Amino acid sequence: MTTRREATPASVPAVRIGNALDVSELPTYGFSHRSLMWWGTAGMIAIEGVAFAFMIVVYFYLRAISDTWPAAGGAPGLLWGTINLVIILASSIPNFYTDRAAIDHDLPKVRRGLVICAIFGLVLCAVRTLEFTTLNVRWDDSAYGSTVWMLLGLHTFNLVTDVLDTLVLTALMYKGPLEGKRFVDVAENAGYWEFVVLSWIPLYAVLYFGARF
Amino acid sequence: MSTDLEALRDGGGWDSVVAPLLDRTWRDKPGFIAWLCTVDHKAIGRRFVFTAALFFFAAGVMGGLMRHQLAEPDNSLLGPDFYNQLFTMHGTTMMFLFAVPMMQGMSVYLIPLMVGTRNTAFPRMAACSYWIYLFGGLTLFIAFAFNTGADAGWFAYVPLAGPQYGIGRRADFWNMLVNFTEATGLMVAVDIATVILKMRAPGMSLQRMPLFVWASLVTSIMIIFAMPTVMFGANLVQMDRSAGTHFFNPAEGGDVLLWQHLFWFFGHPEVYFIFIPGLGFVSEIIPTFARRPMFGYDAVVLSMIATGFLSFGLWVHHMFATNLPELGKSFFTAMSFMIAIPTAVQMFCWIATLWTGRLNLRSPLLFVLGGFIVLLIGGLTGVMVGSVPLDLQVHDTYFVVAHLHYVLIGGALFPLMAAFYYWFPKVTGRLMNERIARWQFALFFIGVNATFFPMHELGLNGMPRRIYTYAVETGWGTLNMAATIGAFIVDLSMLMFVIDAVRSFLRGQRAGANPWGASTLEWSTSSPPPPFNFIALPVVSSRDPVWSRNEGAPTHVSGLQTSTREGLVTTVLDAIPDVRYEYPAPTIWPLVAAAFIILWLVWSIFSLQGALWGMIPPAIAFIAWFWPRRDETAQGAAVEKRP
Repeated sequence: MTTRREATPASVPAVRIGNALDVSELPTYGFSHRSLMWWGTAGMIAIEGVAFAFMIVVYFYLRAISDTWPAAGGAPGLLWGTINLVIILASSIPNFYTDRAAIDHDLPKVRRGLVICAIFGLVLCAVRTLEFTTLNVRWDDSAYGSTVWMLLGLHTFNLVTDVLDTLVLTALMYKGPLEGKRFVDVAENAGYWEFVVLSWIPLYAVLYFGARF
Repeated sequence: MSTDLEALRDGGGWDSVVAPLLDRTWRDKPGFIAWLCTVDHKAIGRRFVFTAALFFFAAGVMGGLMRHQLAEPDNSLLGPDFYNQLFTMHGTTMMFLFAVPMMQGMSVYLIPLMVGTRNTAFPRMAACSYWIYLFGGLTLFIAFAFNTGADAGWFAYVPLAGPQYGIGRRADFWNMLVNFTEATGLMVAVDIATVILKMRAPGMSLQRMPLFVWASLVTSIMIIFAMPTVMFGANLVQMDRSAGTHFFNPAEGGDVLLWQHLFWFFGHPEVYFIFIPGLGFVSEIIPTFARRPMFGYDAVVLSMIATGFLSFGLWVHHMFATNLPELGKSFFTAMSFMIAIPTAVQMFCWIATLWTGRLNLRSPLLFVLGGFIVLLIGGLTGVMVGSVPLDLQVHDTYFVVAHLHYVLIGGALFPLMAAFYYWFPKVTGRLMNERIARWQFALFFIGVNATFFPMHELGLNGMPRRIYTYAVETGWGTLNMAATIGAFIVDLSMLMFVIDAVRSFLRGQRAGANPWGASTLEWSTSSPPPPFNFIALPVVSSRDPVWSRNEGAPTHVSGLQTSTREGLVTTVLDAIPDVRYEYPAPTIWPLVAAAFIILWLVWSIFSLQGALWGMIPPAIAFIAWFWPRRDETAQGAAVEKRP
């Protein structure tokens, strides 16, 4: 199935003029994998994905050799983490529509979408703060505590980075100088947000249930 | 079309009206500020190579000092504490500040030229990565000057580097250096991988890519999957040291071996991302001097990819002396033997190319052939230390020191010297002196073997690595003296190289575009290349584009803007023109962001508050970097074509 964003590459072909291959009719930007920044973002995601994967490795490595897992305070409280999971999954919906609006170059929709995404992001940051208060362990209590704080800390770093990115893009789409390729930035920010969302699912499972089962 | 509009598009030759237009658009403004702002991959690549060379000489001096100390028994030239700092700084500098940045710097310079484009994909990121590298490396050396040089070995094992035994700030600076260099390495890797996948000249499908480009692609992808683990691990150690976490503290449920896993999961592939670019140099140089296309191109490519994959399955062979399960060790022994296969395949392809070619025995080829021998010896001892029983005998002895120097010098340094002689005329426009080169090669080859071969014997006789002196009764004096004399011969050869490089740069014979008669695209433009690399982007129709092309195929691209820095994005597999791309303009923000990142991380050593608040200045710098300028946006909007 071909979606709009994957419109066949070279939809406008280069043309032969004499000995030259003329590219003057080619578009000046493209979405998805036609954009260089998409590849840059993919590289970033791979790098952070490796860090997340190793955080999970460290969690189970230390769990396997530790006598007390979790610490005396018990497993982390489920409430805020689960609320976070629900909100972050729900945030995919405005994120998806912002992405679509960006591909359609629909500025009013992009602006609205970015504002909604930014609000979701800020709410997630607030809930995340509460989440840290119910981990039931301090980072300097034990290796378990260190691991749990690091796990949540790494994802929080990504969360805050992308919320900041979204806020900057929102400001840009309202106030800044615009050209078509800024819509590509919006679409790519949306793509990165999907990584923040999807990576939370395994991290949530490990953080909250790795200490329960 | 009016003449005005035609003048705005490229595609003409050197004598056409577009040449001065391209030059005006691409050339950096004069002056120091513009010099700091540059995003030209050639300038950034040259800076990487030059800086890495300086770090190499600094680490070489440290090696020389250690050899001086060990030349005779019971020597008291250096004390144990300073010696610990020296071997740690030597290893750390060679691995983190020389080998990887040097190879990446060569890629930053060469890859856009070899794939036929005008800059790297993310030139500002390349600039930023250079500044992080430079400032980060200087930070380590400034700390060293204040008697705070890292002293726990280049792999900084805990607990020696942990909070309990790693007193003072020495290990902190080591951890931060890992952050700086790995951030640099990762940024360059993403940049290079994107150029290779998306910015190749039309027609340069994957199966027509030069072998050094393949080597850089494999290396970049390896870096993306290996470097995060050491960066992540070093930060865990740092948190144990500064925030009171217990990742590596057995008393609170942590584990010291965890660090060894995290380090070597990076550390073993590290050897290969120094070594695979070296193989790539060899695979470029051999066809040129054998005057025929590479024998077994497909086999060489597949071998490099296989090496990349297998290198991730070897890390435990650095940990054979720990209490890991024996069955696990057997697996890693098998993997260590297996990786010899793709390396051997490449060696046989090189031999076949040389065998069937008409040899032109110039200095680059001499270094390649010398490297063969040194690498072969290193590979053979590798098979020895790859097996558990032998490794247990020689673990942490000079046998390992001999092995690793043979591998790295044969696999990386000889090919790198070959690459310097090979591409020097491209970068400077002048040839180096062939006679001096031959002398330098002879001294280097003799010196390297004189230095490191005796170390095999010393290791078998039981001399441990990382000791600052030894007693007369051990009988290790003679071989150590031989090694020290060898080191002086290496120094002499390096001195010759530097003098000849400076002399040739100033007064060498003019090289012309293609002095060696080579086949890849960088030789199709002038030496040194103009700021815009190619007067018109080439179109490729064969694997050796300078030697042969398909009659009737187009020769070059036309129609790119000359008023802005425009390039061409092509498809991943077949390099079909897809989108035009406007490169970002020069700016000071990458430099500012790099400086703020350094300040943040150094601040975080001294205060946890610093770790938090220090993030704000880099964030501001990144926003300023991203925020588009009105004039540039207006210019872009005026000529944009929607997809």
